[in-house]
Amino acid sequence: MSNITKNLKKYKYFYILLIPTILYYIIFCYMPMYGITLAFKEFNFNNGIMRSPWVGLKNFNEIFQYKDFWSAFKNTLVISAGRLIFEFPIPIIVALLLNEMSKHRLKSIYQTVFTFPHFLSWIVLSGVIVNLLNDAGIVNQFLVSIGYEKADILVNPSKFRPFIYTTNIWKEVGWSAIIYLAAIAGINPELYEAAIVDGAGRFQRMKAITWPSIKNTVAVLFILAIGNSMGGGAKGFDQIFNLYNPAVYNVSDILDTYIYRTTFYTGASFGVSTAVGLFKSVINFILLYTANYVVKRLGEEGLV
Amino acid sequence: MATSIKKSSFDLTHNANKSPHDKFVDIVISVLLGILALISIFPFYNVILVSIADPISIAEQGVYLIPTSFDFSSYGYIFSQKKFGSSILISLFVTLVGTFINILCTFTGGYVLSKKFVPGTKFLKNAIIFTMLFNGGLIPYYLTLKNFGFINNIMVMIFPAAISTFYLIIVINYFITFPASLEESAKIDGANDILILFRIVLPASLPTLACITLFYSVDRWNEWWLAMLFISDLNKYPLQLLLRDMLTNYAKLEGQLGISHVKVYDQGLKMAVVVFTALPILCVYPFLQKYFASGIMIGSVKG
Repeated sequence: MSNITKNLKKYKYFYILLIPTILYYIIFCYMPMYGITLAFKEFNFNNGIMRSPWVGLKNFNEIFQYKDFWSAFKNTLVISAGRLIFEFPIPIIVALLLNEMSKHRLKSIYQTVFTFPHFLSWIVLSGVIVNLLNDAGIVNQFLVSIGYEKADILVNPSKFRPFIYTTNIWKEVGWSAIIYLAAIAGINPELYEAAIVDGAGRFQRMKAITWPSIKNTVAVLFILAIGNSMGGGAKGFDQIFNLYNPAVYNVSDILDTYIYRTTFYTGASFGVSTAVGLFKSVINFILLYTANYVVKRLGEEGLV
Repeated sequence: MATSIKKSSFDLTHNANKSPHDKFVDIVISVLLGILALISIFPFYNVILVSIADPISIAEQGVYLIPTSFDFSSYGYIFSQKKFGSSILISLFVTLVGTFINILCTFTGGYVLSKKFVPGTKFLKNAIIFTMLFNGGLIPYYLTLKNFGFINNIMVMIFPAAISTFYLIIVINYFITFPASLEESAKIDGANDILILFRIVLPASLPTLACITLFYSVDRWNEWWLAMLFISDLNKYPLQLLLRDMLTNYAKLEGQLGISHVKVYDQGLKMAVVVFTALPILCVYPFLQKYFASGIMIGSVKG
């Protein structure tokens, strides 16, 4: 006991400095975790969380009956997989291409342009996108002027997911490419010189020198991407929430948007909505640890 | 932009010795990326176009690409309406005060957590990283914050967002690389740890401080989720939320703002608000660029 008080006294200024951080994580991260018990209770407003009655797995049985729940779960998996397949490789390719550019001014300008959308919110970007693609927008004006029919991307279930992937690429490719470019910048230029002397062509150099040096960065970012799967990708909620509409719920409603709607609009019981949230968090945790484990087995440094 | 200014590996091979094939591929890459850059920027051009457009001119032309008339009434309307002004002020308040709180909490906590010799830091770091992997979910979060009185309280955009774990990890990793000698000599002179942090360490950390401050400011300016969950009073809306209401529920806002159809082109007004909301980001963008590819970002990926 006296050891602890001794330490407290010795490091007291440090602990004082630590107070805001500790308070923040306790109040805004750990206290809500207690509320997870709601998933196993029937929430009664008057009783609050603590005094609401336990109902075991009843809420989970309930949500597993809902078609909308399974639709949201399926969409979450499909969209996350889609992001890994379509969105994930693009910044790598763009980084490799940018790296090949010898004209610095132009490369700088391109980087500036590509990275700009990353700093705007999805609210602003949804305004920009909808302005472009809606019925009276310039894209449709153009299509009509060359004799085609208007495009209905925003409300067409078969076009909506590709639209989501494309717009997210537009937003994030510049920023993600920077992380790869930073890794590439760390490569010893002598390696390239030697390779050129040996007669290696552009793609051979990429394969033999550039790629192995960024492999680990790719692996770490890949794990992070998997860790975001249950959210429909990093900022998946932000994007989908601001772009989706009832016409495309069946292909784009993810667990987070489903939870939001059932909490604030359709008035499902709080216990039920919390159960969906807990389901999502547990699966996410398992996915993240598995991905980290697999990557470590493949020989790369993991995240944890 | 350290990365882009650093010479590309090819500069070391004399450009003159490049084969015609190499030069051709160079051009193809430049053109390809150039086209992508134009496509990337076009939507923003379109926004500006519509914000200064006269709906009649748009209807007259088949494809409205070049402005034929300039109509600034949308912008004039924004300046005249109190609601826009108050939302902008709220966003500014949240950005300034919020960023200050962000920096205060992140750098104090980050400093201590970087000191491995302080007992408990390892446990705390693990507890913090755990919150990145698992959280209580929307409803528990909502109920907790409700109990703390954050409903319809603009501070909800500041305190629940006080620390970004991602930036905290960056700051911790940064402080780990900070030379201990500076702190040690101050300690010998009798300074306590708090003084050391504020008088010596932070002034010597200006680049990181500036970088994280910028990134936090952008996040605070873009804050809308917390406002949407907890703020229903239009007078307390940050600009992002006002914009969202305009984009998704213009009719309701029309009623509350008293917008008349005839005087204001609705799409033009929406785009003018988009421009207003994006403008501050555009203004700090050159400063953000300075910090892009610095080691801080790399450190964050590994850390």
